[in-house]
Amino acid sequence: MSQFEVVQTGASAPGGPPVTQKNLPHRGGEANPSAKALQDKFRSAVTRVEVIWGETIVYVDPTAVHEAIRWLHNDPSQRYDFLSDVTAVEYRDAEIPIEVVWHLRSLPFRRFLRIKSQLEKGAPLEIDSVYDIYRAADWLERECYDMFGIRFVGHPDLRRLLMWESYKEGYPLRKDFPLRGRFSRSEQLRQALAQNPEARYSMEELTIADAFAELPEDMRERLNKGERTGE
Amino acid sequence: MSKRTIEVELSTSGLDAQGRPQRVPLVTNDGGTAVALEPPPGIEPDLEGEHMLINIGPQHPATHGVLRLVLELDGETVVRCIPHIGYLHCGFEKIGEYRQYNQIICWTDREDYLNSIGNNVTFALGAERLFGIEITERCKVLRVIACELSRIMSHLVWLGTFCIDIGAFTPFLWAFQRREEIYRLIEKWVGARLTTTATRVGGMAADIPSGWMDGLRQFTRTFPHTLDEIDRVLTRNAIWVGRTVGLGVMTPEEAVNWGLSGPMLRASGVDYDVRKDFPYLDYETYDFDVPVGTNGDVYDRYLVRFEEMRQSVRILQQAADRLPDGPVNIDDPRIILPPKSKATSEMESMIHHFKVVMEGPRPPIGESYVANESPKGEKGYYMVSDGTAKPVRWRIRPPSFVNLAAIPKMVEGHLLSDVIAINASIDIVMGEIDR
Repeated sequence: MSQFEVVQTGASAPGGPPVTQKNLPHRGGEANPSAKALQDKFRSAVTRVEVIWGETIVYVDPTAVHEAIRWLHNDPSQRYDFLSDVTAVEYRDAEIPIEVVWHLRSLPFRRFLRIKSQLEKGAPLEIDSVYDIYRAADWLERECYDMFGIRFVGHPDLRRLLMWESYKEGYPLRKDFPLRGRFSRSEQLRQALAQNPEARYSMEELTIADAFAELPEDMRERLNKGERTGE
Repeated sequence: MSKRTIEVELSTSGLDAQGRPQRVPLVTNDGGTAVALEPPPGIEPDLEGEHMLINIGPQHPATHGVLRLVLELDGETVVRCIPHIGYLHCGFEKIGEYRQYNQIICWTDREDYLNSIGNNVTFALGAERLFGIEITERCKVLRVIACELSRIMSHLVWLGTFCIDIGAFTPFLWAFQRREEIYRLIEKWVGARLTTTATRVGGMAADIPSGWMDGLRQFTRTFPHTLDEIDRVLTRNAIWVGRTVGLGVMTPEEAVNWGLSGPMLRASGVDYDVRKDFPYLDYETYDFDVPVGTNGDVYDRYLVRFEEMRQSVRILQQAADRLPDGPVNIDDPRIILPPKSKATSEMESMIHHFKVVMEGPRPPIGESYVANESPKGEKGYYMVSDGTAKPVRWRIRPPSFVNLAAIPKMVEGHLLSDVIAINASIDIVMGEIDR
């Protein structure tokens, strides 16, 4: 059986082994060199660079963010090969746009970079998916869609992930979503009881196998009409 | 070579001439990914081409919680795997937006409940960066002890349940016996076993009681013997090797691209460890090694986690030796509660107590992402503050969530029974995945 070569992290990083960061300044401080490189490369698409508590934040225009992340991933002087996280932030102040946040790590250079992209609330919340660059984005983007309703264009399977497919109350992590949910407890209970307990498989799952043909006639009919399962 | 080789190897000792466990070659296609063998023509013609849909979970002991896998099977081979999660979703991140920073710490216990004290530490580190606090030296060492104890605890649960899944019962009992000792230590320290809530922003809930270090030293002295025992019954056991070698292989490039972290990534030959690469709590001053596998299969994940426990014992010993005297909490009455005796007797302390409890400490406007090497991988907390006592956004970066996302990639092409082994090797905690 073939064995892999061990990949050493920090192989391209200058200096000795990293040390624990201490006494970080609130603002200012040394920026990640990739921020400068991004500004040089994408110029006007990079709207702002901030350093807060030693973490560099690059604000990129939503139309250019996919290209910027692809460049960070592919360019030999950057090599951001590890996608830590994809998430979004909505502020309590309704004037501030929703921010989509990517946390990128460059394992060879031992760098950490936060990319942010602002989505205005009036327009449809859409942004390019980075699924084609990082497969790690698969569930992270699905979760972000599930919780914030941000559509990641280009994601091949953008379904709800944590909430069930027929969940109708909206997007739980949005600030206009009440902590107890949109529907009353009695309405939630009514919906739960009205779900069809037989239909444990989604339409897609039933059609990939031959099991669909063996279901009772009425159930097939209901599913064909597009009735979604309650999972 | 065919899948059948594995069955042949089962009847051998499982060792090669040098006494190392034999590695059974996987069937790979040109791209190097593992694929299922085409069944030989003429065998069972009736079933040819007929696929079966099988449901595992959510209430199934081998899914380690409430994971549900829908599998499309061709005979016994998995053609497609569709995971379903969310059965344990409780909206931790939403609740966090309505809680003060110190109140969120008790929610961090409840997500990755096998590593609760490690989560407390990570959250406190994240909040402290947001507040701009430098914690005391004694607190750092205590937190390292907490993290490494919980790493051993989590790995022991993983080891025990993994053994059960594969059919070995004895190591489960040995592992859980030792885990009980750690629980006793934790209970003596913070008063709770599972839901520890051990840290506070700027320090710890409690200093260790007198004599506690003796218990820790006793544990670090005797625990390696248990590891040796488990090692003796498992590592070169022919059944164990046959059930784990060559399963769920991820190449280093794939593993990084799929965002795997922790032992999953290191088993694939990438030596990314947050403690070494982005150190925190002065981990760079401790002398420990990061085990790395070279095959990226279930067996290597087992070896990596096993060695990590030994390394954690090394760190614990060093931490016990260097624990400095001095205060545990920082000296800032706006953030740390005064001692109870003072709060009930001195006016000023009482005011501070009232302010901290009722209003909560307020960080400046800003944000922080602090990652910690949890037993499952890179566990990160991302917090955004708008200057009030409650975060605007509290995001958990759950390592086993991202690791589990790769399960279709890992199981497709393997046998149904191997799905259980591969799933167990990911070391998932559904509380953390669903949050």
